[in-house]
Amino acid sequence: MLCWLRVIVLGVSVLVSSVAYGQEVSREQIKGLDEQVQEIKTDVLAIAAELNQLEEKLLYPSNTEVSVFVSLVSGETFRLDSVEVRLDGKPVAHHIYTFKELEALRKGGVQLIYTGNIRTGEHDLQASVIGKASGGADLHKTESFEFAKDVGPRIVEISLAAQRIKLKDR
Amino acid sequence: MSRLFVILTGLMLFASSASAGASAPKELKDLYFGEALYHAFQGEWFDAIARLDTELQQHYRLDEPERDTLYYHINQAEFAVGDFELAYRMHRRAGRAIKAVIEGNVDERVRNEAIFRLARIYFQKDQPVNALYAVERIKGVVPLGIRDDLAFLRAQILMANGRFAEAAGILRDLQGAKDLEGFSTYNLGIALMRDGKEQEGRRYLDYTGQIRSAEPLTLALEDKSNLVLGSKLLKEQDFKDAKLVLDRVRLNGPFSNRALLGSGWADASQGRFKRALVPWSILVKREVTDEAVQEAMLAVPYAYGKLKVYSKAALMYGNALEKFGAEIDKLDASIKSIREGHFLKALVREELKQDADWVVKLRKLPQTPETFYLLDLMASHDFQESLKNYLDLEELRKKLENWETDLDAFEEIIQLRRSYYEPLLPAIDLEFRGLDSQMRLRLEQRDRIKKRLKAMLVVPRPDYLATSKERFIGEQIRQLEQKLKGGGAAAPDAIDARIKRLRGVLKWNIYTEYDKRLTDAYRHLRELNHEVDLLQKQYSAFVRTRQAATQSYGGYDKGIRRQRILIRAAREKVGELMARQGHMLEVMAVNELGRRRERLTEFQIKARFALADSYDRAVRAQTRERMGR
Repeated sequence: MLCWLRVIVLGVSVLVSSVAYGQEVSREQIKGLDEQVQEIKTDVLAIAAELNQLEEKLLYPSNTEVSVFVSLVSGETFRLDSVEVRLDGKPVAHHIYTFKELEALRKGGVQLIYTGNIRTGEHDLQASVIGKASGGADLHKTESFEFAKDVGPRIVEISLAAQRIKLKDR
Repeated sequence: MSRLFVILTGLMLFASSASAGASAPKELKDLYFGEALYHAFQGEWFDAIARLDTELQQHYRLDEPERDTLYYHINQAEFAVGDFELAYRMHRRAGRAIKAVIEGNVDERVRNEAIFRLARIYFQKDQPVNALYAVERIKGVVPLGIRDDLAFLRAQILMANGRFAEAAGILRDLQGAKDLEGFSTYNLGIALMRDGKEQEGRRYLDYTGQIRSAEPLTLALEDKSNLVLGSKLLKEQDFKDAKLVLDRVRLNGPFSNRALLGSGWADASQGRFKRALVPWSILVKREVTDEAVQEAMLAVPYAYGKLKVYSKAALMYGNALEKFGAEIDKLDASIKSIREGHFLKALVREELKQDADWVVKLRKLPQTPETFYLLDLMASHDFQESLKNYLDLEELRKKLENWETDLDAFEEIIQLRRSYYEPLLPAIDLEFRGLDSQMRLRLEQRDRIKKRLKAMLVVPRPDYLATSKERFIGEQIRQLEQKLKGGGAAAPDAIDARIKRLRGVLKWNIYTEYDKRLTDAYRHLRELNHEVDLLQKQYSAFVRTRQAATQSYGGYDKGIRRQRILIRAAREKVGELMARQGHMLEVMAVNELGRRRERLTEFQIKARFALADSYDRAVRAQTRERMGR
């Protein structure tokens, strides 16, 4: 019985050590495969870059391209639930935010909410925000802006704060 | 000890890499860089790299990159792409990106930070010699934000190269660093022990085990220190001290099961079986698949046997036997399930991808047999890396599949545009050519008038500003004169005088109104210029639209064909790698389950013998009792 006890005590030290698994998978095999996975990632990223350019050229020619970004003013703590964007009266984007997306905005990330095509000239943009203020009160704001589209691609940034929605000219 | 070192290194590495990562600039100038960060902050590494790569490529292609908005963030963007690649486990590419920064013409601080990151990559990829070579190249000023991390990394690298005394020296200096609380003392303990200063090293491990922190990672490290030290003491049969140290491990922490088991053995080894039953009784009520729990299922009846409660021991051995049998059946079912491919199917379930802590999510999945016994294996570095690779490959597979569908859609769009524009364009072009030549003619006229008016400022020419009516009258007068002088005879005086008067009146009007007419002409020219500007704008807009119409369907075929070939090749490669990576995961899992099955079979044999032994002793005790009565 004492001998059996020793076997179990030794078992404790096995538990403390790292997990041992089969001999059939070697470190070299893992490393080799990992390097090949890295290679295919590089290849697919290159395809993605080319495809992005092709998509942009085909679907959003620069003379009509408009991109709308959404950002949060630094230090804002209100909870953003959704944003709706209307261009010349037509709803073009509506986004409901997940926790991760909201965190990403709070950290200073910028969301590309819409890319589309418009004619050159003056345009109306309306942004509606739904959320909750830090105090818990409902937040529902809508602001309208005007911007001009020239021959080049147009970038518009909607900057959100609990107090106001601002259009940043880029 | 070397295994122990690997575990500790894993923990330490986590601490140092957790502090790394991109952050948004104070003032964001380039929104596309902000978009890359938006993806990165959500752990969408592929999208983050793809976006930032495109931005960087476009930036470097510019003739005047300093006029581009990314110029303000270029160093940060270069670092960020390296960070993203590292997070996406593309260490080789991340290394290359960082090397490019080092070799570039950059500030000493930026260069040193880049070398620090490169050294960290080498260290993470188990290349300690390269890491040491890199870290030794750091000279001059180091950015304040990475000073402690750099010193800690340097110590880790020295340890990995067997230079424990030097590492201990660095770690001693880091004892005040709050961000490295626990990690620095823990590593110092290990470094000292490896340097032969066993007692001093243990003191630091002991100290780490008693840090009171609110940080989950530090708390886990605290538990780990106590478990490691306690197990060491247990092995050396210093049961009293081992018990003291093991009892410091939190009861709800990830190391509690092993600590409870060890604590019980520390008591049992001192013959205090009643006290050993306290931790073991807590342990046996926990999840039956845990190795420590299974061992406790034998340890508890063993303690009862030692306390001469043979009947209870026999009953508990019987209970353990039953449970071991059920668990072995479960393991058999799991191995079968893995071999049938269900494990890989469970791994790629969509709900896992909703959370960065997908391993934790995997634990929370309904208890499919195939994941039941694999929690320890899943916590191992190699398995996690392999699993992440498998999931990444699955993500790539889906992307490539979608892109092929996108290409089909693109081709359809192109075809639709072609069939719409091609019949329309010849007629439009014909009309345009007519309008174009008219426009050119009018523009030439405008230019001539402009030139003439300019010349008239120097040499006045009132006749140029005669109205059409005046020109007509002038012509009529000239014809009258010709008629009168036609026969060679002189015109009558009266008529000649009248003609002269008429010509005089005409000339008078033209000359006296010249200034006003010139001013009017200039005003009209300005008005014409305005109209011409509008016309030219319209002309340019038409040319652009016309060009866009052709470009909307022309010149894509070659690119799309090329993309198709690339996507097809990548899909084949991804499929092949997924099969190999999946097989590797299955082998790891089956091996792990096999090991656990083997262990349970051994326990089963021991339980059977112990059951028989306890039964005999219980019967003998009862017989003795009866005989005594």
